[in-house]
Amino acid sequence: MEWEVVIGLEVHAQLATRSKIFSGAATAYGAAPNTQACAIDIALPGVLPVLNREAVQYALRFGLAIGAKINPKSIFARKNYFYPDLPKGYQISQYELPIVAEGKLIIDTSQGEKTIRITRAHLEEDAGKSLHEDFHGKTGIDLNRAGTPLLEIVSEPDMRSAEEAVAYAKTLHTLVRYLEICDGNMQEGSFRCDANVSVRPKGQAEYGTRCEIKNLNSFRFLERAIEFETSRQIDLIESGNKIIQETRLYDSERDETRSMRSKEEANDYRYFPDPDLLPLVIDPSWIDKIHQSLPELPYAKRKRYVEKLGLTIYDASVLTTSKALANWFEATLNALEDQMKDPKLCANWIMGEVSGRLNRDSKDISECPIQPESLAQLLKRIKDGTISGNTAKEIFDTMWSGEEEPDAIIEKKGLKQISDNQALETIIEQILAGNDEQIAQYRAGKDRVLSFFVGQVMKATQGRANPAQVNEILRKKMAP
Amino acid sequence: MLTYSLTELSGLLKSRKISSVELTQSYLDRIHQLNPAINAYISTNPEISLNQAKQADSRIAHGMSEPLTGIPVAQKDIFCAEGWTTTCGSKMLSNFISPYDAHIIEKFNQTGAVLLGRTNMDEFAMGSSNETSYFGVVHNPWDLEAVPGGSSGGSAAAVAAGMAPAATGTDTGGSIRQPAALCGITGIKPTYGLVSRFGMIAYASSLDQAGPMARTAEDCALLLNIMAGFDPRDSTSVNRQKEDYTADLNRPLTGLKVGLPKEYFTDGLNPEIAKCIEMSCDILRKEGAILHEISLPNSPIAIPAYYVLASAEASSNLERYDGVRYGYRSPSYHDLTDMYKKTRAEGFGAEVKRRIMIGTYVLSAGYYDAYYIKAQKLRRLIANDFSNAFKEIDVILGPTSPQPAFNIGERNNDPVSMYLSDIYTIAVNLAGLPGLSLPAGFSGQGRPIGIQLIGNYFNEARLLNIAHRYQQVTDWHTRRPAL
Repeated sequence: MEWEVVIGLEVHAQLATRSKIFSGAATAYGAAPNTQACAIDIALPGVLPVLNREAVQYALRFGLAIGAKINPKSIFARKNYFYPDLPKGYQISQYELPIVAEGKLIIDTSQGEKTIRITRAHLEEDAGKSLHEDFHGKTGIDLNRAGTPLLEIVSEPDMRSAEEAVAYAKTLHTLVRYLEICDGNMQEGSFRCDANVSVRPKGQAEYGTRCEIKNLNSFRFLERAIEFETSRQIDLIESGNKIIQETRLYDSERDETRSMRSKEEANDYRYFPDPDLLPLVIDPSWIDKIHQSLPELPYAKRKRYVEKLGLTIYDASVLTTSKALANWFEATLNALEDQMKDPKLCANWIMGEVSGRLNRDSKDISECPIQPESLAQLLKRIKDGTISGNTAKEIFDTMWSGEEEPDAIIEKKGLKQISDNQALETIIEQILAGNDEQIAQYRAGKDRVLSFFVGQVMKATQGRANPAQVNEILRKKMAP
Repeated sequence: MLTYSLTELSGLLKSRKISSVELTQSYLDRIHQLNPAINAYISTNPEISLNQAKQADSRIAHGMSEPLTGIPVAQKDIFCAEGWTTTCGSKMLSNFISPYDAHIIEKFNQTGAVLLGRTNMDEFAMGSSNETSYFGVVHNPWDLEAVPGGSSGGSAAAVAAGMAPAATGTDTGGSIRQPAALCGITGIKPTYGLVSRFGMIAYASSLDQAGPMARTAEDCALLLNIMAGFDPRDSTSVNRQKEDYTADLNRPLTGLKVGLPKEYFTDGLNPEIAKCIEMSCDILRKEGAILHEISLPNSPIAIPAYYVLASAEASSNLERYDGVRYGYRSPSYHDLTDMYKKTRAEGFGAEVKRRIMIGTYVLSAGYYDAYYIKAQKLRRLIANDFSNAFKEIDVILGPTSPQPAFNIGERNNDPVSMYLSDIYTIAVNLAGLPGLSLPAGFSGQGRPIGIQLIGNYFNEARLLNIAHRYQQVTDWHTRRPAL
């Protein structure tokens, strides 16, 4: 039987606000335990939550970016359960009325573009952390993370392969960073995925019983976990068993999922509207203002690069993976005068030389030692024939390690291309003079000989001869 | 000195006929003398109080005093106050020393009032008799066999017994008004949102409201001037222009339209109380008021709606008392679940557990719509009753409590009859309206009787004005128990 996997994702994106969603405590990662937990975060008797307006603004940015419906009135609810890292005994979340509803995201798959529907996105607070090591049988509680704002983004079960799920997660990841609402740091837990996975015989309309896999903090784990889970479910069904609806945990070391709790063991969270918080009412003028301030989004940008700049889909995708990289590309392009603008040349250099060196040095584009304007100047010297592409790479190396501008390097090192016909002819005549045999071979039809002579000229000029001119003069001189 | 009103005390302090230290010390002495019999206070801290009094005296000496500078005020043990144990009447918080001040404590500190001590209360404000306190029953100063009412029973008893010139209370279903009535003092529950809940330990967040308890309406107005006001730390606090509640106290009552809800005058009402209301009607008429019968048809559903909603919120609000971060933790347990179970089983009293159970039940999957959602709808109906009534009238007059103070222990095994103590007060909380109780007579047994005035939203000044005018022509509020 042919099986089809059905996947829906729940992504928790930590919103990059300076303070927490319901208190004024800082959200910075990595502080000493419990130093960023104020009276509200530790749930002292009598404290009350006050909603962080910035977190709402971030949720709205996201909602508008996915073309979603913004609920004019949304409600904060309490999700009640006991756990030591949940100080109030309830998490403030949104349940029946989330701030963002019904949006969509277009992803790229090997079969082309696909639209994934987003059911909802709601605001909620994170819990603290339980630390089970180093406490000799006891558990330590760090409440620094308690109250950190999260946007939980829930998709419809629209994905049909691990590849699609990863593409969706990556597209979302790119989007939240474009919007500057989440730093996307997966190691620090700023972007976490839970996957709902079920299988069904291909062609069947009803969904199979799903399992929810938690703790997927990298794209690779997401892919591996879905693949493992898919085969586990198919194997179970094929051997005559039933899938039990449950929550499973992905263990990356053993590359498997295992049961955490079944549906029967699940908590009754006793959701009800939080009486400490008024309904969240969004003023339409605020939405308009945010709409106007949205940056060009990755999908639109990519489309523009292909359609207006003539880049390949691949190049456009790579350059738009982060806003910083795309900005760098555009700054380079914009620094060139109109007749010099060559998007493909810029793309090649940024994806090749610049990215290659950044990777080698483990640097981010924001830490690039070269400014886009300097790269543009270098590219301009290729375009106007001052230097060859090879020489440009040499200059680029110098630029990378120092602060000098390309023109200054060309000047200082005398790298200016020799494009003076007279001068080139003199050099070429000298080289041809002692090589009658090769000339004869060329005239007999051995084209390779031309490259030999080009090489000789380049050697004699330390690579500075204009290659096009050299070719032309050589052909002319050796013509029978 | 112990019988003066706040206005009188303020005058004496300002003219430096007495000092705040003397005044505070005499109240501390009185507390020391009477508390063993009345148990109105859970804790005092003379060192802190006298230090505050000293500072108040120096402020007065520098001519920087405000009306309540140097006045000792008893604070219900539900308000967090830095450096004070704040127990909420519970074993669960018996060891909790607050590291911060509630909004109203800040306000009293800023005006230079002296924190006289922490008054006893029903555990987590759940109760109508002050018998559920972990720190023991409070005795009614008028009759030590009787309950003082609850949950702000300690505050009411302290004021009635002259153990404090004024006190604060909180009112979720009648917890200021009912004990005020049972102890023969004046207390006002303001409109929901008028006084910040920040630092006030939550029972039922959508109903809880703090307010003053004192001998007279005028004293309550002085206290409310300090307590009321917007606080951005409470999202349900209302941002509106501050009022001076003393400004209109003497406004004549000519033409005042008073409504008497026919649903309040049924067989369930004690005839002695009914008689006091009749007499009060005459007094108001003499003052120029016009009385009408009105109807609040949904009154009978207030109690069930209240116990569903208040318990639901309480079950969630009290989840933080888990023994993990502060408060009581069971000394022996074998794992996390066991720690939770034992801590909460040992730390909470029976009434609190009962309400947590009710609340947990009504919020459970499958019951939520039938109870919680239904109760919210009833709440809306009750609020509509009032808003319809206020189209015709200015203020509602009725009983505060169906009975005068009952005997200690009398209703311990009958929670429903206990819950009925709040039959006239609960609807006011559900609607979020202001309500005031003032002394209006005594039962044949010599126990005080209170009457209740209910106003439209933010009509506190009018309620205080009516009560003040009433108190200009009656003397119930000046009577003192023999102690």
